[in-house]
This record gives sequence, structure tokens and C-alpha cells, in this order.
Amino acid sequence: MKRHTQRTIHTAVYHFLIFFFGLLMVYPVIWMVMGSFKDNAEILNGINLFPASFKPDNYLTGWRGFGRVTFATFFGNSFHITILATIGTTLSSALIAYAFSRVKFKGRKFWFACMLSTMMLPSQLVLIPQYIIFMKLKLINTYVPLILPHFLGQAFFIYMMMQFMAGIPKELDEAAFIDGCSKYTIFGRIIFPLISPAIITTVIIQFYWKWDEFLQPLIYLNRPTKYPASIAIKMFADASSTTDYGAMFAMSTLSLVPVFCIFLFFNRYLMEGISTSGLKG
Amino acid sequence: MDSRVRRFWNNENTVGYVFAMPFIVGFLCFTIIPMGVSLYFSFTKYNMLKSPVFIGARNYIRLFTDDARFAKSIGVTFYYVVVSVFLKLTFALLVAVLLTRREKLLGFYRSVYYLPSLVGGSVSVALVWKQLFATKGLFNNLRVAMGFERLSWFGDPKLAIWPLILMAVWQFGSSMIIFAAGLKQIPTTYYEAAKIDGAGSVRRFFSITLPCLSPVILFNLVMQLISGFMSFTQVYIISNGTGDPNDATNFIALYTYNQAFKYNEMGYASSIAWVLLVIISILTFIVFKTSKHWVFYGNE
Repeated sequence: MKRHTQRTIHTAVYHFLIFFFGLLMVYPVIWMVMGSFKDNAEILNGINLFPASFKPDNYLTGWRGFGRVTFATFFGNSFHITILATIGTTLSSALIAYAFSRVKFKGRKFWFACMLSTMMLPSQLVLIPQYIIFMKLKLINTYVPLILPHFLGQAFFIYMMMQFMAGIPKELDEAAFIDGCSKYTIFGRIIFPLISPAIITTVIIQFYWKWDEFLQPLIYLNRPTKYPASIAIKMFADASSTTDYGAMFAMSTLSLVPVFCIFLFFNRYLMEGISTSGLKG
Repeated sequence: MDSRVRRFWNNENTVGYVFAMPFIVGFLCFTIIPMGVSLYFSFTKYNMLKSPVFIGARNYIRLFTDDARFAKSIGVTFYYVVVSVFLKLTFALLVAVLLTRREKLLGFYRSVYYLPSLVGGSVSVALVWKQLFATKGLFNNLRVAMGFERLSWFGDPKLAIWPLILMAVWQFGSSMIIFAAGLKQIPTTYYEAAKIDGAGSVRRFFSITLPCLSPVILFNLVMQLISGFMSFTQVYIISNGTGDPNDATNFIALYTYNQAFKYNEMGYASSIAWVLLVIISILTFIVFKTSKHWVFYGNE
């Protein structure tokens, strides 16, 4: 009996601690969402989490954006860049993963080692020459530098898809080969459909990485009509007059909506993707 | 003729290169050629207006003998990486171990702890973080409410790096998920045997969990070190691109960016990028070399 109560207390303390710690973890995010409904004085001086009243004013003023460019443009640009880049990454990485895991071609090990090495390469190293190359090609202020590299495969996702393909029995390929399928049709009809969980994982992770991207658009774009949301939100803090914190938090909250949706609806794929290949978050 | 064409297209080598073509093109055009160009630039003076002028190793000499900002930048970056990676992985491991009990709610908690990793890279969260630590921000308001003085987190060179370190540690979720996956692989029979032998939970952690998990720790360590050295967005947002106060948050990635795109010193910036590559390579090499002594693989 005594041991029983002791264990109950133990469990209660354990749950209280992990709950409290969890609350602490998400507090900054909740604070931002709540802040998007407060006015500036309340954000700066108040210590209450909840706003005095839920007013949508910040969303209306924030949406107006800067100059004549509204957040409809910025979010549109973000979707444009992100969707194309995600399609590019997913298709090209699947093709490349198939080559490395299912086709025994000469030089396979060499190219595979090259791919692994690109995961460890600091991106700063190639940033400057890439910028100069794109500048010489007159592609500054276009989305080509932001999207094109994605159509040439991303090492993390290639590696993840290879892990996944390793789990598909080779007998399937052989059976299809005997039935007259070529390596091309085996990819299209068998491998690609079978790795769909890995495809979904790639789509969602690449989507939110690209959505959050900051350095690349910062370098390649300097016309506000071309800016994605990540750069536009930063402009609230740049404003020469005082920062409108409410509007900034409102647009920040909106910009995180796609990421929250991924978190709510595709959590399982995220967790699997991270744990199978050790992707960074 | 037709069959010969078909045989060519179905040859393993052709198929391999057809499918691997995107990677090979990308690797050459966006990695190898830029690396070569960058190495050349690092030996030149180049401001983008005039063509590059070859100046030998002068950029490197300037870096190591005549640039106090670079030396300081290396210092603060190392401090940031070492402290934040250590704290982050410790947290990730502890929480992963605490959350391995098989209960219904644990999946939920794991997701909650993972949320900061998911949103932490965004500009939005960096701006929120800046506001949390601002002079009139939440942390200072709490301090005042508890009877302490306000701290100038971003004005004091000694304090300025801590909001950044805390932000990195806050995002321990992805490492935690990887640890949790590793913990699942450890056979429960190990723990049962140790229990019968009378080992307590602390002893079991150090004698079973840590050694069995060491390959995963190695993996997390290397990945976090590399991404730590490259961290840019958060510090750019929080210091407004300056690395202030007094260069206390002038991380190497930020310094490279400013040299290149603010001062137009493309040659000099390239030499910094190469030094960064060398530093990361040496560190990774050291970690792998020493790993022989602390990483255990199942088949040994």
C-alpha cells in the first residue's frame, strides 16, 4: 500500500515536471501569437500572457506591408519559391537516390562519396563565387539562383531516400525485370511509388526549410516586389521610425502557419524522417 | 540498329549516369567550380567593380597578423559552438532518456519539445527572441517584478552571446528525436540483466545507455558542430547584421557575409571562408580520431 502511493506521487511529479518544461519550451511561440493581438504598449510593458482583448488590428495594419507592396505579394513570392524548390528537390533526389542504391554503374562509389562530402561543406565557401556567377549571368533579382540548385539534388534527402530504398526487397526489381521492365520503368512503376513515405517526408521538410530561408534571398534579391515573407518580416525591425511590434508579430504568426500545419498534420513523417536519417531540424 | 540503341540505353553504366546526372551536373557547377573560383579569389583583391588582382597570400597574412576582428570572431564562434553544442546535446540526451517510458502521452510531449526545432530557424522566432531579451522585454519585466535590475542583454558584451546560446539550446528537439530512435535500438535484456546484478538507474545509464548510444552521440556531435559554425540567420537578425556590441556576437559566418556583401571585399571574404573550411575539417577529423576511444559499435 505504502509503495503504491509512493509510486503514484512519483508519477505525478514526473508528469508535472515534463508538462511544466514543455510549457516553458513553447512559451516563446505562444507569447508571439498572443503578442500579435496586443498593442505596442501592452507588448513592451505588460507581463500578462493573454491580451486585454483579441483585436485583429495588427493583422490589418501588418498586411499592408511596406510602400505599396502588401503581404499578399510577399507570401505569394514565398509560395512561388518554396513550391518550385520543393518539387525540384523531391524529383531530382529520388532519381539520384535510385542511381546510387539500385544501379551498379562505374564510378558509383566515387560520386556517392562526393555526395556525402557536400553535406559537410560550409555553404559560405561557395556562396561568393555562386553569387558572382549568377550576377554575370544577369540573374540577380530573379528566382533562378534560389530554385535552380534544388533541381540538382540535395544530399540530405538523397541519403534519406537511399536508406528507405535499402528496405525494398531486390526481388521486386528482379521480378519486374523478368517481366520485361527496363531500369527506367522499374523506377517509375515500382521504386518511386514504394518510397512514397520518404517522398512525403522530403516534401514537408524541404518545404519548411525553404519557407524559412533567409540568407539566399537576402543576397540575391534587392527589390521589395520580389521579397519572400522571411525578408519582409525583417523589414519591420529595420523601419527607420519606431518598430510596430504588433504588426511584426502578426505577420510572423501568419508566416509560421504553414509550418504549424506541417507540425499538426505530418508530425509522424517528420519524426520518422529525422530519426531514420538524422536530419537536422 | 534499333536493338543496339536499346542495349546502350539499358546498359547499367548508361542508366546509372542518366539517373545520377542531376547530381553530377550540380556537383560540378555548384560545388567544384565555385570552390575552385573561391580558392582563386582568396589570393586576390576583388571588389566586383574591377577584375580580381592577384596578390599572393596577402589576404591570409592579413587574416592572421593584422585583423583583430577576425581573431575575435573565431574566439566568439568557438565559445558559442562549444557551449551551445554541449548544453544542447546534454539536454537532448537527458530528455530523450526521461521520455523513453512507454506511455500514451509521451508522443505528445516529444512533439511539444520538438516544436522549437521546427520554428527556430525562422526570422519570426529570431525577432521574438530579440524582443524577449530586449531592455523592456519579458525577461527584464520578470526581473523587475522579482525585484532585480533590468539587464541590457544586447548592450553588454559579456551578456550578448547568451541569448544566442539559449536559443540554440532551446532547439534541442531534433537531436532528442535522433537519440530517442537510438535508445529504442538498445535491447531491453541488457537492462534486465543489469537490474538482476543490482545496478541502479544511474549505473545503468553510464554503463549501458551511454556506450550503446555512443555512435548516435558521435553523429549528433558532428552535425551540430558543423551547423553551429555556420549559424547566421539568428545572429544577423538579433544584432541587426552588425555583430554588436563590440563584436561580441560577430560570428564567423556573419563576418564573412559582411566582408563580402557590405564591404565588397570578395577576395578577403573568400579567404575567411577557406579558413572556416579548414577549421571545420580539422575539428571533424579530431572528433573522428578520438571517437575510437569512446564510441562502441555493437560488433566489438
